[in-house]
Amino acid sequence: MKFTEEHEWLDVDGDVVTIGITAHAAEQLGDVVFVELPEVDTEVTKDDEIVVIESVKAASDILAPIDGEIVEVNEAIVAEPGKVNDDPEGEAWFFKIKAADLSQMDDYMDEAEYKDFIG
Amino acid sequence: MSDDQTDKTALKKTPLYDLHVELGARMVPFAGYDMPVQYPLGVMKEHLHTRAKAGLFDVSHMGQVVLRARDPDVAKTALERMVPVDVLGLGEGWQRYGFFTNEHGGIEDDLMIANRGDHLFVVVNAACKVADIAAMRAALEPEVTVKEITNRALIALQGPAAEAVLAEHYPAIAEMKFMDVETLPIAGAECWVSRSGYTGEDGFEISVPASAALDLARALLAHEDVEPIGLGARDSLRLEGGLCLYGHDIDAETTPVAAGLTWAMQKVRRAGGDREGGFPGAAEIFSDLAEGCAQKRVGLLPEGRAPMRDGTELFADAEGSAAIGKITSGSFGPTVGGPVAMGYVSTALAAEGTLLYGEVRGKRLPVRVAKLPFVKQGFKR
Repeated sequence: MKFTEEHEWLDVDGDVVTIGITAHAAEQLGDVVFVELPEVDTEVTKDDEIVVIESVKAASDILAPIDGEIVEVNEAIVAEPGKVNDDPEGEAWFFKIKAADLSQMDDYMDEAEYKDFIG
Repeated sequence: MSDDQTDKTALKKTPLYDLHVELGARMVPFAGYDMPVQYPLGVMKEHLHTRAKAGLFDVSHMGQVVLRARDPDVAKTALERMVPVDVLGLGEGWQRYGFFTNEHGGIEDDLMIANRGDHLFVVVNAACKVADIAAMRAALEPEVTVKEITNRALIALQGPAAEAVLAEHYPAIAEMKFMDVETLPIAGAECWVSRSGYTGEDGFEISVPASAALDLARALLAHEDVEPIGLGARDSLRLEGGLCLYGHDIDAETTPVAAGLTWAMQKVRRAGGDREGGFPGAAEIFSDLAEGCAQKRVGLLPEGRAPMRDGTELFADAEGSAAIGKITSGSFGPTVGGPVAMGYVSTALAAEGTLLYGEVRGKRLPVRVAKLPFVKQGFKR
């Protein structure tokens, strides 16, 4: 598992990377009430804003952490945004990207580094 | 999602600051104070709890001001020079909503005015209090003394269980009606109590000596029906309640008529009334009353799930055409169970049920003009 400074977690399986937000991010956001996900088959470039996530108070974006193609999105969190608070690092994953270049993952933090990062 | 980097050392603390921290609140800068935005319960549950039972809010950041003159009628008459409100006719033990106007008929701040017998007690918004107090001094002194009360906290207890909770400390509180004010001993302290609030629910606002505030808050929180509520839920509660937030839904550019606050300007102060005018912007406000305004504040219900936030532009059509209005407050309404908003639209498009479009992230999404408030008011009249 890898982590970004934008508080995303990335779980690699072959060349497909599953992406969600960390428990820390979910707690900081508060109650999630709306999620908009990208469409499957969309080609994305690292740092594209591809997800909108809204809590009661505010809207935030989630950036594509790597280049690739969206191969699956988690419609369950669109139907029930509260799942993002209930199980952010499990059931409430956001999308899966077929990575164009897995070496982009090397820039990201491992779990120990992420824990240091959030203090 | 970056963490808040604001320098917190310059922020003021209310008498309940340590309690907020102890209760696990997330503290944020608000109007120069370090305030609880939410507690561990979270905005959604805090909101729903307040509507179901009772929520305790620290609103000590607001400005509390006593206006006193040798004759109480002098203070009342003087304050009428600043507000289009019947202050002279406000009986002892009553409170009334009002606003300071400017020479263009815009709103400088909104406030509560209470007649506490030998003086008027006014409560103004935190972000405006320095300006409000300066304006009151300039307009009212020397015939009226303007004294900011800095040694009292302000606590609101809101929700259907608020009466029963307070009645355990002072049974006769149940006899108070909406907008009544009284001095009552609660938890051993002299409290200035009004039956009012900012949630759309029944409830009370309690000015308590700062030295007794912590004991009072703890005594109220000890009740199983009471949870502490942060500024996050305060905002979603007032929005569902159709209540204006100064600086968003009303400001120096909006007139009371456009804002739908005509009800707060009693007939005696309007054209043809015994004490008509005499406040800043009277001519503009009378003209609005007679001829209507180009825009009007309305409730707005987005048809989809995406909240439409403050600043969202509104259009009459799904494409083309110029904006016909703007959202001034928008969020998710936990009690409504979906997004809720209010804003200003062209008067011709202000009828309930009118379909409009809000532009969110470049897409025009349907939103319908709706009746305010979004929830049934729980006031005990």
